[in-house]
Amino acid sequence: MLFYKEIDVKEIKVLGTGCTKCQLTTRLIQDISKEKGVDIALEKVEDIEKIMSYNIMSTPAVVIDGLVVHSGGIPAKSKVESWFQ
Amino acid sequence: MQAQLKALIIPLLSIPNRHPRLFLVTAVIIWFGLYQTLIPFSEYVVDLLPVDRASRLGSALQFFFYDTPKVLMLLTAVVMVMGMVNSYFTPERTRALLAGRREGIANGMAACLGIVTPFCSCSAVPLFIGFVKAGVPLGVTFSFLISAPMVNEVALTLLFALFGWKVAGLYLAMGLSIAIVAGWVIGQLRMEAHLEDWVKNMPKVRAEINESELTLSDRLDAGFAAVHDIVAKVWPYILVGIAVGAGIHGYVPEDFMASFMGKEVWWAVPVSVLLGVPMYTNAAGIIPIVEALLAKGAALGTVLAFMMSVIALSLPEMIILRKVLKPTLIATFFGVVAAGIILVGYVFNAVL
Repeated sequence: MLFYKEIDVKEIKVLGTGCTKCQLTTRLIQDISKEKGVDIALEKVEDIEKIMSYNIMSTPAVVIDGLVVHSGGIPAKSKVESWFQ
Repeated sequence: MQAQLKALIIPLLSIPNRHPRLFLVTAVIIWFGLYQTLIPFSEYVVDLLPVDRASRLGSALQFFFYDTPKVLMLLTAVVMVMGMVNSYFTPERTRALLAGRREGIANGMAACLGIVTPFCSCSAVPLFIGFVKAGVPLGVTFSFLISAPMVNEVALTLLFALFGWKVAGLYLAMGLSIAIVAGWVIGQLRMEAHLEDWVKNMPKVRAEINESELTLSDRLDAGFAAVHDIVAKVWPYILVGIAVGAGIHGYVPEDFMASFMGKEVWWAVPVSVLLGVPMYTNAAGIIPIVEALLAKGAALGTVLAFMMSVIALSLPEMIILRKVLKPTLIATFFGVVAAGIILVGYVFNAVL
């Protein structure tokens, strides 16, 4: 039997230990997703052990549906918009 | 009307991206041209003001109007260049360059790479773990971790702009020496056992670089972003710093600090380093203090040691590192770096 999951809602995680850059990244993603009218489930991951399970070396980092799409610094607006095309 | 303005401006703003090489060449020429006008400009402004040029206020003002645009221009240029260089030296590439390399040489490379690899103190932990997982020796990772926050382009640029290339060069030499030697020493102590357990249990990774090909235009964007990030944050500190410097030039008596931090006072270096520990500011914020100390007779080695202690031995970073290092290792790290700074302070006081 074939199973498939209807993914309506993007699962987005922002990885970061809580400095301003991480907060700005979260806000940026929220603003743009609202602008584009895309439904997202946004989660802030601050636990360092969980963050390291994604194999990144700089924070803030962004994970969409399990895939790391960005790490290091606040992502450019154009980059964030491209995630919601 | 607004739409027409936008139609003009937006294409202009994208010129750097469409013609990156042309933009760079033009920008460099314009920058040098502007730089030549700085002294005449400052004199011109002071002329306009109802102040006697030969008076203390006159000199202080000329200093301020010359140094403010000078420092801002230098900082913008350096941050822009470093932003572009940083886009080459990602943490991933640095890690790949260092993984499994022999200590000694690797410490030297790590210290130098610390200067050009982008580093934000909140990334200290992911970066540290990333290095360790990929097989970068512990001591080498520490060399990087010491050099990255301390030997940064903002500190070097400001030192250069306000005190000349000798002071900047000295800071660079001191910083690299400490990073290399302290990192090497910690490596020799074989303290891998003192990493937090969950770090030791992390799966190893291979240090690979996934070369996402960045174009020159992308690197320009990285430069612009860095300028926007750094200069926008740091310019108030710079203004304060230069104003303080201007005031000192005119008004504070010479040799005021010599009694506390002069060369004859043997305990000046360790005390300064200790003083620096609870203090933390960014590189720009420490400059006014450095200026005041130097202008009033403090020895150069002592002052730079103090500056390094403030930047490199920071309580916030220690707290962050506590998540990955056991207390013994943190204390060792701290102790070795402090000892290194003190030693280098003494040496440079003796040599200069």
